[in-house]
Amino acid sequence: MENPYVPYPVRIDDISIATEDKSLKTFRFVFKSPEDETKFSYKAGQFAELSIPGLGEIPIGIASSPTEKGFVMFTVFKTGKVTQYLHSMKVGETMGIRGPLGNWYPWDTLKGKNILIIGGGFAFTTLRSSIKMMLDPANRANFGQIDVVYGARTPGMLLYKDELVEWEKRDDIRMHLTVDTEAPNWNYHVGFTPTITEKVAPQASDDTYAIVCGPPIMIKFTLPVLEKLGYKNDHIIMSLENRMKCGIGMCGRCNIGRELVCKDGPVFTLDQINTTPKEY
Amino acid sequence: MIDYTENIRKISGDLLKNGKVDVVIGYKRGTLPGINEPFLAKTPEDAEKLVWDSQCRLNLANYLTGRKENVAIIAKGCDSRNVVTHIVERRVTRDQVTVIGVPCTGMTDKNKVKQLAGGEILELTEKNGKITVKTRKGERSADKSELLQSNCANCLHRNPVINDIPFADPVPEINTARNDDEIKKIEAMNPAERWAFFDDLLSTCTRCYACKNACPLCYCPTCFVDESQPQWVGKGDDPVDVRTYHTLRAFHCAGRCTDCGACEAACPMNIKVRLLTGKLEKSCYERFGWEAGLTTDVRPALDTFTTHDPEEFIK
Amino acid sequence: MKILHIDRASWDKGVLASAETYQLTGPVKEKDFYEFKDLKKGEMPDMSGSDTRLSPKALVFPKSEVMITFSTDPNDPECNIMKETKKEYPKRAVIGIRPYDARALQLLKLNFDNGDYQDPYFLKAYDAITFVGLAVNQPSATDFSTSCGTGPFDEKGLDVLLVDAGEEGDYFAKIITPKGEAWAKAAGFTKEAGSDAATRIEGMKKAAEDQIVSTVAFDKIAKKTILELFEADHWESTAFACINCGTCTYACPTCWCFDIQDENFGTKGVRIKNWDSCMTGLFTMHGSGHNPRQYPYQRTRQRFMHKLKYFTDKYDQGIMCVGCGRCVRQCPANIDIREICKTMNK
Repeated sequence: MENPYVPYPVRIDDISIATEDKSLKTFRFVFKSPEDETKFSYKAGQFAELSIPGLGEIPIGIASSPTEKGFVMFTVFKTGKVTQYLHSMKVGETMGIRGPLGNWYPWDTLKGKNILIIGGGFAFTTLRSSIKMMLDPANRANFGQIDVVYGARTPGMLLYKDELVEWEKRDDIRMHLTVDTEAPNWNYHVGFTPTITEKVAPQASDDTYAIVCGPPIMIKFTLPVLEKLGYKNDHIIMSLENRMKCGIGMCGRCNIGRELVCKDGPVFTLDQINTTPKEY
Repeated sequence: MIDYTENIRKISGDLLKNGKVDVVIGYKRGTLPGINEPFLAKTPEDAEKLVWDSQCRLNLANYLTGRKENVAIIAKGCDSRNVVTHIVERRVTRDQVTVIGVPCTGMTDKNKVKQLAGGEILELTEKNGKITVKTRKGERSADKSELLQSNCANCLHRNPVINDIPFADPVPEINTARNDDEIKKIEAMNPAERWAFFDDLLSTCTRCYACKNACPLCYCPTCFVDESQPQWVGKGDDPVDVRTYHTLRAFHCAGRCTDCGACEAACPMNIKVRLLTGKLEKSCYERFGWEAGLTTDVRPALDTFTTHDPEEFIK
Repeated sequence: MKILHIDRASWDKGVLASAETYQLTGPVKEKDFYEFKDLKKGEMPDMSGSDTRLSPKALVFPKSEVMITFSTDPNDPECNIMKETKKEYPKRAVIGIRPYDARALQLLKLNFDNGDYQDPYFLKAYDAITFVGLAVNQPSATDFSTSCGTGPFDEKGLDVLLVDAGEEGDYFAKIITPKGEAWAKAAGFTKEAGSDAATRIEGMKKAAEDQIVSTVAFDKIAKKTILELFEADHWESTAFACINCGTCTYACPTCWCFDIQDENFGTKGVRIKNWDSCMTGLFTMHGSGHNPRQYPYQRTRQRFMHKLKYFTDKYDQGIMCVGCGRCVRQCPANIDIREICKTMNK
């Protein structure tokens, strides 16, 4: 019987500071056993439990795309006991990863459709996974128009800046990067994510889906914008966060109504979320 | 002897009718024999549900903390002292609270009642100081005085110390001095015996925290057992963690505890946690002549100091 | 179905004989209350103690269980590599468990074997057990098991059902599964009961069920939507008395929430699964400090919504309650699930 509590051992292969205030770091992990990497086959939208023996675990969205082989990547915000320690770890150290966990963005439904991705702050991780996956030559033809609205407080707080700039130059994806207030050498939008969304988002249609990922405040103001633009609730896809422990749907902690965010989610449509208690 | 329940209903109903208070904290009849459910009456109709008897074992001051509206509370002697403590510790303001004080002749010990019954209690009636329990095998009765919780048998303050609506005559106090016999027995043990005693005492603890949650003093937004950065106490059943929890909590109650017994009444495993808090209250009494919650004019013993405080440890 | 007759002398002899090949577990008095404990050599289960204080769920889901061990010694080549703690799961006979407690373990299993993942600790412990249940002749006034899809003589989840055969200490033993058959064989119980045994058992079953005075109904709860029940305006007053201590969750045979904690001893460490309770303040506290169930009444509401609605909708196995009555009897503030069910079922 596979033991879902035992993590795959991984080696920290690379650590980079992800934001100018150093509150986020991006980690690349390599599985110590190649078979584990195969077992860890994942889809964009899923998460994993990063496991530090002696301290605990944290559920983090997978930032690398399934098209990127040989490593998995996560961007982690320093906020508590475990993340604090993780931020102090060095390349070469060992820790554990459990997963992949949760459901993924509904790629089957999204095939052939136009996608509007709206991300805020450091919730952009699984969105990077999604974009990278969609832009891969093997997959790009499966999707229609791709729009990405991504905002942060300042340019230095945007994740994966280099990649964002590269994507901005491409003609098979429309990037709409924004920061809250004017900044030197900033060539893109200025304004809060919901405001920019209203400006640049494509009109709603049966063939257009929105994926929204961000802090509660951004969600609060973005959903009315989407509603105004005509997006139906079953065409708005969100990824929720909740306090988790087991990640496998057993400890009972992360439920919203009858759905367990770690197993029935974290990806839900707005339709589904509207029929459950908002305990997240 | 006057009917407390009738009076409590009338007084509460009136207070709610004329808007003097927004809510009344009291008890309503429980769904099982021998227990009552703490109840928040919001309307005069609600007030008709209030009851009072010798099975009101929890401390209603526990439900007072943090309330923002005008609230009346049905308070027996010990509860009233916790209302005082809440006022001193600024959990509520004096103006907010209307104390409907109940002179108390003690609460029954749930285990003594169980023992009297000798089987599942199907009905419990209380009349004129007599408790009658009915089981499948028949009925048994006993005088309430034989069934009292030990804190009630040793009570020094049966009459409310703060009372806005004294509807009943005070009852005679039955004790004039602390009864610390149980504590003294432990004090007489040598360290090894004491260690074994406490190990055994706490051996069945499930860390449900019923004791802490029933206690009106335990209102910290984050209890020390819940701190995670850093984590102070483990969450498993390691005896070290169980002991840490109980002893530390007792110390946090030192100088504030009124020996209301809600902790022991709440404990599902019948652990005599008052042996820990009792020791600390005995200490406060002996060193500082201190009893918690008697007046709103003085801060708790461990909250302040005077130049007369005994200091034999530095002499 | 085979029904055996076991007289008093044979019972004692047989149980001890089965101890040769089974680890026996039965009710043992610990201070004031009975709990299910592993029996020592020669120790008999106390069949008068089947109504344990806490439910027997600790047999498959211990209060505190080490799952994973690891070394944090930087000189150890296996440093930080987490491994499943090796455990033995010897064949066990749990004797004297009540039918509704055995049924409850089946409901627990729905959680620990959820179609996508399997909890090996729970499942290995569960599979190693042969459940020898004891029917309830005299249900408590707080027993509402017949409303919950089980009952005093229910056979779900049991391998053998023992029924008092009238004479002091004699039992009828209904052999329900091959596992039960194997245990009876190991105990040397072979005497088949008379042809009237089945009828007599039916009669006792009916007599016990007739004594049940407590019922709950949840037909309307099943029809209402989750939001309707969740947003009902009674919750704050329903939950007023609740002190969120969690006694109910610990005593309950169907409550399964747990916590995972790491503990270190020098350079060795363990990862532990501990019982946890949705009633506690920390249960849903986010690292950011945001708590979706910040107020105690929200947590009380969660428990009852889970037990009476979310579980019902999700698993189609009725409510997440077997009507044992422990929570009702043990709650210090008299929160009564039967009353709450009534309120929700209006």
